[in-house]
Amino acid sequence: MHKSQIIRSLWDSFRDLLPIIVVIGFFQFFVLQQPIPNLGKMAGGIVMVVIGLSLFIRGLEMGLFPLGESMAYAFARKGSVLWLFAFAFALGFGTTVAEPALIAVAAKAAEIAANAGVIENTRPAMDSYAFGLRLTVALSVGFAIVVGVLRILKGWPIQYVIIGGYAGVVVMTFFAPKEIIGIAYDSGGVTTSTITVPLVTALGVGLASSIRGRNPMTDGFGLIAFASLTPMIFVMGYGMLI
Amino acid sequence: MSELLQHLFKVTISTVFDVMPIVLIIFGFQWLVIRRPIPHLKNVVTGFVYVLLGLAFFLVGLEEALFPLGELMAKQLTDPAFIHGVEHVAGTLHWHDYKWVYLFAAAIGFATTVAEPALIAVAIKAQDVSGGVISVWGLRIAVAIGVALGIALGTFRIVTGTPLHYYIICGYILVIIQTAYAPRSIIALAYDSGGVTTSTVTVPLVTALGLGLAGTVPGRSVLIDGFGLIAFASLFPMLTVMGYAQLSRRRAAKNHVQQDDTGG
Repeated sequence: MHKSQIIRSLWDSFRDLLPIIVVIGFFQFFVLQQPIPNLGKMAGGIVMVVIGLSLFIRGLEMGLFPLGESMAYAFARKGSVLWLFAFAFALGFGTTVAEPALIAVAAKAAEIAANAGVIENTRPAMDSYAFGLRLTVALSVGFAIVVGVLRILKGWPIQYVIIGGYAGVVVMTFFAPKEIIGIAYDSGGVTTSTITVPLVTALGVGLASSIRGRNPMTDGFGLIAFASLTPMIFVMGYGMLI
Repeated sequence: MSELLQHLFKVTISTVFDVMPIVLIIFGFQWLVIRRPIPHLKNVVTGFVYVLLGLAFFLVGLEEALFPLGELMAKQLTDPAFIHGVEHVAGTLHWHDYKWVYLFAAAIGFATTVAEPALIAVAIKAQDVSGGVISVWGLRIAVAIGVALGIALGTFRIVTGTPLHYYIICGYILVIIQTAYAPRSIIALAYDSGGVTTSTVTVPLVTALGLGLAGTVPGRSVLIDGFGLIAFASLFPMLTVMGYAQLSRRRAAKNHVQQDDTGG
């Protein structure tokens, strides 16, 4: 990588970050009318964020994208649908079960359930509730990726599957306990982490471009959409069962 | 400085642990099922190392620089003393007294989404696949506007205390209606952009805002009303991304007509 390229990618990352700096600066000076505390530490942090973002994007193009695509091609060449589903499920389940955002949400949900008297207000009861919830969400994401891959193979239009999922969410909302709804709706958004998204996107696009008759634009995207929809349904279901 | 390095080291280690399952699954399937060497293995491994290091730097930098101030700001802006001013009597607050909160919600939603790494990844891919019809910046701005609208409306909901699911169900209905009119090729990408908007940068700041607001608005419960902002942030980008595709199609059609006029 040339020096000018490095400077360019650092500048790009800085530009990505600029809106946050402007917003925080504006509110701090003009609305709250306070000075910035710890200016030096903040500047250091911003430099780190810029370096981190540049490295991340470089790594994405070198590692994650080609890997996701080459695996998609390999599975398509191998022609075994069963193994492809197994891989899709493992990828969805494995990346979600250890997701830090999900661990935080699950702990919060356990607290809510304990306060509402759904489960005993003790440490072990809450821990097992939170663990059960994590497994539920991870299963739901594994399931979602499998359904998404099946959709790409079959070429189903995405909107029908998603609308079906929405209907599921709406129906579940009427039956689920009121306390779980906010958490359930949020859990859809938190399951897809920064490393999962590029891998899964590359997998979908790679699959769609290696199967004849599929268009990577119409058919390749959509895996993330499934992965953010099923957790809502599964979490509400979990709230009803326990 | 050594404290910072230690922190960076810790975050790197925990990122490595987070990524472990993915690495195990990928290499497991590669060796046991596909049974072929990974093409350009050296590049892929270097790329992984870059991603890990990049993410660690990114997270530590955010924790050092932006999160503390952002969270403090969310607290201060939702503080009743700031909203009423000192002379105001408690209990006479209306939803429009929270205008700075809505503005902050929209601005921070927009700004954090522009910097969201997962969204950048999807935007790069979309530009590649669409042959440049979808541009990286066009998509990112469309999604960011969606998140801004969503989070502003979400804070309004917390202030007024209306049930979350009414908004979400209305949003779904809008998504379905718009799906009927949007260009077919954008639909899958639009649905995806709902899920990618909310990861590393947006979630912590937005959650702090929601919990802070629910904790200070009289009559709201942190547990019931504090959540749900992320759901708003994942719903509205679908609408704005489809809108973006409709706009660019209309613009392309107009250019086409103009070219025909001058050419013919």
